[in-house]
Amino acid sequence: MAITSIKNLKEFSTANDRFEGAHLLCPGCAHSMIVRELMNCTDDNLVIATNTGCLEVSTAVYPYTSWDTSWIHIGFENAATAASGAEAMYKARKRKGTLKNPDAPVKFVAFGGDGSTYDIGFQWLSGAVERGHDFTYICLDNEVYANTGGQRSSSTPIGASSTTAPAGRVSYGKKENKKDMMAIMAANGAHYVAQVAPNKWKNMAQAFQKALATEGPCYINAISACTTEWKFDAKDTIHISDLATDSLVFPLYEIVGGHELNITYRPKNIIPVCDYLGAQGRFRHLFKPENEHVLVEWQKRVDANWERLQRREEARV
Amino acid sequence: MALKYDLQEVEVWDGNYAASHALRQAQVDVVAAYPITPSTPVVENYGQFVADGYVDGEFVMVESEHAAMSGCVGAAAAGGRVATATSSQGFALMVEVLYQASGMRLPIVLNLVNRALASPLNVRGDHSDMYLGRDAGWIMLDAFNAQEAYDMNLCAFRVGEHMDIRLPVMVNQDGFITSHTAQNVRPLSDEDAYKFVGEYVPVEEMLDFSRPVTYGAQTEEDWHFEHKARQHKALIDARPVIENVFAEFEKVSGRKYNRVESYLTNDAEVIIVALGTTVESARVAAQYLRDNEGIKAGVVAPRVIRPFPFDAIRTALENCKAIGAMDRSAPGGALGMLFNEVSAAVYTISSRPLVTNYIYGLGGRDLTMEQIKDIFRDLKKNVDAGYITTKIQQFIGLRGPKLEFFETRRS
Repeated sequence: MAITSIKNLKEFSTANDRFEGAHLLCPGCAHSMIVRELMNCTDDNLVIATNTGCLEVSTAVYPYTSWDTSWIHIGFENAATAASGAEAMYKARKRKGTLKNPDAPVKFVAFGGDGSTYDIGFQWLSGAVERGHDFTYICLDNEVYANTGGQRSSSTPIGASSTTAPAGRVSYGKKENKKDMMAIMAANGAHYVAQVAPNKWKNMAQAFQKALATEGPCYINAISACTTEWKFDAKDTIHISDLATDSLVFPLYEIVGGHELNITYRPKNIIPVCDYLGAQGRFRHLFKPENEHVLVEWQKRVDANWERLQRREEARV
Repeated sequence: MALKYDLQEVEVWDGNYAASHALRQAQVDVVAAYPITPSTPVVENYGQFVADGYVDGEFVMVESEHAAMSGCVGAAAAGGRVATATSSQGFALMVEVLYQASGMRLPIVLNLVNRALASPLNVRGDHSDMYLGRDAGWIMLDAFNAQEAYDMNLCAFRVGEHMDIRLPVMVNQDGFITSHTAQNVRPLSDEDAYKFVGEYVPVEEMLDFSRPVTYGAQTEEDWHFEHKARQHKALIDARPVIENVFAEFEKVSGRKYNRVESYLTNDAEVIIVALGTTVESARVAAQYLRDNEGIKAGVVAPRVIRPFPFDAIRTALENCKAIGAMDRSAPGGALGMLFNEVSAAVYTISSRPLVTNYIYGLGGRDLTMEQIKDIFRDLKKNVDAGYITTKIQQFIGLRGPKLEFFETRRS
């Protein structure tokens, strides 16, 4: 039963589950919450492609699988293309009348981490979106190559310490800004683009349902707090996610048709960025006196981005 | 419904056009492809067939060869007939996914129009790309001319989609010499071709939601070995299946193919083993030497490169005295692939023939009839001397001083 009829979190937690709980993801990992919600928010048949990454290595270790639906993993970079191929085959077979259940609704979904989305699979994703396949790509954005033990990605934010951009005596960690995949995907021609977070689960389900209902390529950037690499207690995943959305480090918004921007969540009380950064080990070094300027820049950047999003929303262009 | 294409009994097609017609007649469900010289016309012609209504399937022009094979894997797992084409650097780019396609046991047909690998950049034909793919777990067929490029494609679907096999198949043809040279080709009618290839039968398909499937699982030291061993077994077991498909193809076409093609080998003392267009040149040279110089020359050519026809090669070579294994790929500090594999096959013959290795034609360098005759004459010298009179590996048709490597031992 899909989430459309589920009123509260308790009901959601006992909904029909196509993503089996017995997987190998870390306790407190947000990936499973996002994936589970995607699969629970529709009754349609799902063909899911997954890039190599935490999700893939934790859910399909032979002879077991967590996927009670059609699922494929090829490589690190090409889930979007696997979904493209499957979607093309669906169209061809539907036309030729060779499908076993020609009338059953089918949705094509691809999952990737930020490593495979922002970096190594960027071209494959861009190509699939440009070609206009009817599929939804969901990036499980934990801002680091978590599967290989915490190396920087182009989604890793400024000042985070990672194993390949570590903080040290003369470095505050990563020096480069996070890539803006939302803007890139909107410009790339994705029909629907949304940023979601698992703590705002109704908002997330709505975005998923919109994406699945939209014909053509859609992109969802799902914030996935990583207990292991962000360095917070496994019980605090949702708390950290709340800090992320309420500090506006991860504003929740959508871009429809490449231009119409809507902010989908406005925190009642906007909290300082420092509260979010201070709750995670990966930013601990920023609180040393010599790195104070990084914290100041962080707050300024988040404020400027929020301002930009609001102006874009007002402009309706 | 796809339109029927009116074909003459004899068409004038190059290898690329012949291959694209075979893909059209097989009514491939999804072609995901990216163009690269010299295979581009396979994809272009197919695109035109789609545009003109001769194909019902989907034609997905992706953004790279890696994506082409990735799209093919996704499509094949969704339960339909899939094909593509590439060459050289494009093939190199898709290598990662080649292993995934065969590991997932997906019967994809790939036309590999053979071309050199850079650097230096080169668009001409040699077999570097073919050799790069030889351990990828695919069935590999070799066409020596345009007719065979057509025939091998039709056979490839039958072999790869066979219920006991379910493996991807490469059809090799020489870049330009085959792919761009118009020749007489006798196609089957659309009806006969499709009847021969047959309806695609899906296995473990992602679009049958009554039985969810997981493709591309992870296996570590506990299961990986078993999977790869079974894949190898499927390749080895493909040998009789390929023979049966060739026999059935003979019934509909009148053209007979074998896993190893032998020419004038019954009484041959000296035999050249080669691939691609060199096979036909060597046959002409062998006939000439028999007629004019009394050299009992023959030619052996693997039609099937993988699964390696160890048994059939050995049978074809067991009565000869000297073999020239011709490799059209830079050997990279070793002996050539054909030399190594042919040597392995004849090593178990009690009267072991003398095997030498000729590296030739890299980057499209022409191989002349005179050079082939000289190889046969070299082999004859070895037979008369009873030992290899040169070094084991020689470079043929190279500018500058002669290059030869690997000493022989006379006793």
